[in-house]
Amino acid sequence: MALLEIHHVTRRFGDFAAVDGVSLSIAAGEFFTLLGPSGCGKTTLLRMVAGFDAPDDGRIVLDGKDMTGIAPEARNVHTVFQSYALFPHMTVEQNIAFPLRMARVDSMQLRARVAQALEQVQLGGFGRRYPNELSGGQRQRVAVARALINRPKLLLLDEPLAALDAKLRESMQLELIRLQREIGIAFVYVTHDQGEALALSHRIAVMNHGRVEQVDEPSKIYGFPKNRFVADFIGQCNLLGGEVRTAGDGRMTLALDGLGEVRAVNAGKDAPGTRGVLALRPEKVAIGGELGDDPAWNRFSGKVHDFLYLGDVTLYIVELQSGTRIEAMLPNSAAGRATFFEPGDRVQVAWRFDAGHFLVD
Amino acid sequence: MGSTVNAQSRPERLHKWLVSGPPLLYLLVFFAAPVLIMVLASFRNPGDFGGLAPLFTQDETGRHLQLTLDSYGRFFSDALYARLFLKSFFYAAATAVVCLAIAYPLALLIARSPKRHRDIMVLLVILPFWSNFLIRVYAWIIILGPQSVFVRALNGLLGLVGIGPVTLLYTPFAVIVGLVYVHLPFMVLPLYANLEKHDPALLDAAQDLGANAWQRFWRVTFPLSLPGVYAGAALVFIPALGIFAIPDILGGTEGIMIGNVIKQQFLDTRDWPFGSVLSMVLTAVAVGLAGAAAWVARRQRV
Repeated sequence: MALLEIHHVTRRFGDFAAVDGVSLSIAAGEFFTLLGPSGCGKTTLLRMVAGFDAPDDGRIVLDGKDMTGIAPEARNVHTVFQSYALFPHMTVEQNIAFPLRMARVDSMQLRARVAQALEQVQLGGFGRRYPNELSGGQRQRVAVARALINRPKLLLLDEPLAALDAKLRESMQLELIRLQREIGIAFVYVTHDQGEALALSHRIAVMNHGRVEQVDEPSKIYGFPKNRFVADFIGQCNLLGGEVRTAGDGRMTLALDGLGEVRAVNAGKDAPGTRGVLALRPEKVAIGGELGDDPAWNRFSGKVHDFLYLGDVTLYIVELQSGTRIEAMLPNSAAGRATFFEPGDRVQVAWRFDAGHFLVD
Repeated sequence: MGSTVNAQSRPERLHKWLVSGPPLLYLLVFFAAPVLIMVLASFRNPGDFGGLAPLFTQDETGRHLQLTLDSYGRFFSDALYARLFLKSFFYAAATAVVCLAIAYPLALLIARSPKRHRDIMVLLVILPFWSNFLIRVYAWIIILGPQSVFVRALNGLLGLVGIGPVTLLYTPFAVIVGLVYVHLPFMVLPLYANLEKHDPALLDAAQDLGANAWQRFWRVTFPLSLPGVYAGAALVFIPALGIFAIPDILGGTEGIMIGNVIKQQFLDTRDWPFGSVLSMVLTAVAVGLAGAAAWVARRQRV
């Protein structure tokens, strides 16, 4: 049985359904992420799991117990808040000891556990400091240590890394993964940062407008997005509208708007005439002056409209003769100077027939 | 290099004086000078017909400066004044405690109300300032007087349980009621200003980590509000310590405070040096207590 079960949970604010019939099931020891744009309902869902908000419909079951009507302080679930919410009048030690004091743990045991928790988040020697004497990363660790010390069944994290700079965020991500693996408590992590979600999670639920669009492992979410929203939200994606022209066993031809016929994989057994979009990751689109004539590749001519130099890769925006724009990504890892295209250069773009996914509208 | 720095700093210095000059002058004329006059007066002799005796006397040996410690001696030799100070201290402290007990829930209520209601609630707190202080205190004579509905109802209830009728007006009780009534806004406002700034996420965090409502208050809200408590206590205690109008109006003979004695020394007895001594001691006590409160507040890192 799953550790946390969310059954058809709905939360309305007036006419607006912030969370709309969401069902999820999270296993013990899992690192689960709720991912979506701001306003998608992920934080509302998290607050309902923590007990700060109650569903209008549906049930939340933790470890086999219905959580309806159970106050946050009585739930064996702790939260790491986005602002960390460290108590400014308490030292690091007192902050971390707070849940133990609330649980009336005796002082001998309390001291030992606080010391152990400080070591666990690499803050030994910082116990006597006050939160305003710590850096952002250190405060974050204190918040995590405080939420974990009482060994909750489930740890909720509400965009805990959003306030940190990029470099620190990366090291904190590694630390969270290590910590979660070490202690084995299930994490439910809320973020709008798809990179973070992909890097950290065992499974991701992509949310939009209060609904869950897709629940899957990170590689499936990225590689096999279920619909247009997921494809567009996770990473960069070319979305080319069109319809199925002919469909065979595992293969089909698509008529893409403004491009013409391309070959594609028929994974969903879509019948001719079905409309949808071909989702195509830029890193799967090749770009070059002349790209040969391998029949497995779909090939189009155009000229470079513009490019974004991103350091490790360069993203080229190629305008085809029809006016459609396609993004192609080229790694900058080649020895010596990689081939640079300038805006206006005539180029070809091409992708293998199995590079994209046809998503039915 | 040096000349450019000077060229820049000279008008800057001028600006500083222009800005800080007028208030500084005001404080010199209306605060520092009167205090110094008072210090000097406390060492002078009383005049034959009240007021102050001349600072210098002239006789055949020349001019003599007439300064004396007599008035201080009188203060320290008569326990009556120390007792009066203690009593005033007790009244002021009781006022601060009662004000805190009433003001804290009120300030918390305002701070936790929706933003659009807060301004009107604060306005209601300061509304009494719009009418005259003495009139408001006189109103309490009617409320606490033996003929008032309130006192008659109270005595009726007490009569039922066999306790004789009580007199409220012209008692220490009436003085403390008046002191609390007048000073309450000075406790509410700093408390509200403090509580309003608290991050609500801290209470969520405390609740999330297992604290019930009572623990959330005692372990989070109250300790964080201590600067407001200290500020409010000082704003109530210090003026209450030296007040004379309220004991004059509501206190009768039992309820007089040190402020009444100081007023008497200046206006009735016309012993200005002794009045000055009492004022000096009162100022010293008030400054000492304010300093101690500030020191405690700093040590608690709040």
